[in-house]
Amino acid sequence: MANTFKNLALKIKAINLRYSQPHIEMSKGVKISLVALRIYLLFLVSLMVYKFILLLQ
Amino acid sequence: MNFFSKLYYRLRKSWKAVQLYLVIAGPGLVVMIADNDAGGITTYAATGAKYGYNLIWFLLILIPVAYYVQEMTVRLGAVTKRGHAEAIFDGFGAFWGWFSLIDLMIVDWLTLVTEFIGMTAALQIFGVPPWLTVVGVIALMAMIVIHGRYWTWEKIAMLFCALNLIYIPGAFMVHPSVSQIIGDGLIPNFPGGFNGQLFFFLMANIGTTIAPWMLFFQQSSVVDKGLQEKDIPWGKFDTLLGSTLTIVVAIFIVIVTGTVLKGVEIDSASQAAEHLMQSNHYVGTFMAIGLFDAGLLGAICISLASSWAFGEIFGWAHSLNQKIKEAPWFYASYFFTLITAGLIVLIPNAPLVLITLFVQVIAVTLLPAALVFLILLLNDKKHMGIYCNTLSQNLIGGFIVVSIVILSTLYGVSVMFPTLFA
Repeated sequence: MANTFKNLALKIKAINLRYSQPHIEMSKGVKISLVALRIYLLFLVSLMVYKFILLLQ
Repeated sequence: MNFFSKLYYRLRKSWKAVQLYLVIAGPGLVVMIADNDAGGITTYAATGAKYGYNLIWFLLILIPVAYYVQEMTVRLGAVTKRGHAEAIFDGFGAFWGWFSLIDLMIVDWLTLVTEFIGMTAALQIFGVPPWLTVVGVIALMAMIVIHGRYWTWEKIAMLFCALNLIYIPGAFMVHPSVSQIIGDGLIPNFPGGFNGQLFFFLMANIGTTIAPWMLFFQQSSVVDKGLQEKDIPWGKFDTLLGSTLTIVVAIFIVIVTGTVLKGVEIDSASQAAEHLMQSNHYVGTFMAIGLFDAGLLGAICISLASSWAFGEIFGWAHSLNQKIKEAPWFYASYFFTLITAGLIVLIPNAPLVLITLFVQVIAVTLLPAALVFLILLLNDKKHMGIYCNTLSQNLIGGFIVVSIVILSTLYGVSVMFPTLFA
C-alpha cells in the first residue's frame, strides 16, 4: 500500500516536471485570458464558501 | 446514354461518400445525442410542461451553439492527436492541467450519479428495483467495453443513440397542433414576459446543451478512433448532424409535455412519464424508456471521458482498442467511477437532490475554463497550422464562449441563491 502511494507521488512529480512550462505561446491575449480566468474562479470559489457558511449558520 | 452514365457515376460517388461517412461517423453523433442525458430530458420535459411550445425557437438557436463549440474539439483532436486534458497540461502547464483534471473527475462522477438516479427512477416505473438496475447497467457497460475494440463500443453506443429517437413517435401519438407549434414555437417570444423564472429555464437549457465532459469526451474519442486531418470535414459533418439530432429530440420532448402536461409542475422526467401514462400509456412508456436510454448513454460516455483523461496524463494505456490486460488502469478507473456512482444511488436517504444541484454548480467552475482553453489552443499556430481558428471562427466562437460563460455562471449562482432572480 505504502509502495503504491510512493509510486503515485513519484508519477505526479514526473508529470509536474514534464508540464512545468506551458508550451503555448504566451502572448498578451493569452496572459490576459488566464488572469481573467483566475479572477473569475476566485470569485466563484468565494461565492461557494459564502454559501457554505450560510448553510452552516 | 450519356445521361445514364453520368447519373450512375454521381450515384456511385454519393454512395462512396456515404460509405466514407459511415466509417468516420461516431464521435460527434454519440457525444451530441448523449448530451440528452437524464438531466437533459428532465430539463426539456419541465420546459415543455411550463411554457408549452413557446421556447422551441430558443432550442433551435442552440444547434449552431453546440456545433461551433464541439467542432473545435474535432480539429484539435485530429491535428494534435491529444485529448483535451493532455492538451491543457501541455499548453498551459501543470497548474491549469491539474485544476481541469480534478474538476473533470468531480463533475463526471457527480453527473454519473445523476444518470443512475434517472435510470433507476425510469425502471422503477416498470417495477424494477434500483439494485437490479444498477447491477444490470454495470454488467451491460462491462460487456460493451470488454471486447477491446473501439469500433464495437461505438456501434453499440450508436444503437442506444437510435433509441433516443423514441420521443419522435411519442410526440406524434399525442396529436399536437402543428399550426400552434409553428405559431407559438418558431417566432421568438418570452411567455409571460422576461422574468427570473424564464431566465432560469433558458439558462438550464443552455447548461444541459453544453457540458464540460463533452469537450473532453469528443476530443479523446476523435484521437482513440484515429481520425486524421483529412477526416476533419466529415468529423465536422458528424458533429453538425449530432447537434441537429440532439435538438430535434429535445424539441419533440417539449412537444410531448407541452401538449399533454402544460401547466403541470414537473420536477423530474420520471414524474413526467408517470403523468403521461395516465393520459396515454404508450407515450408515458416511451418517455420512461427514453429516460433510461438517456441515462445509459450519458453513463457510457461520461465514465469514458474521465478514464481517457487520466490515461492521457498518467501515461497509462488508454484506448478502447486495448483489452483489460493491456490497459488495466484505464479499465480500473472506468469501473471504479461506474460502480461507486451506482452504489451512491442505493444508499438509503442519500442526498440525491443536493448532488443534482451540486453538479450544476461545480460544472460552472470547469466549463468556462475548458472553453477558454479550447479557444486559446485553437489559436496556437505552432501546433494547429492551417487548422488554426480563422477570424470569423474566433468571432463566432468567442461570442458563443463569452455568452455561455456569462449565462452558465448566472445559472450556477441562481442554483446557489434561488431567490436572487425571483
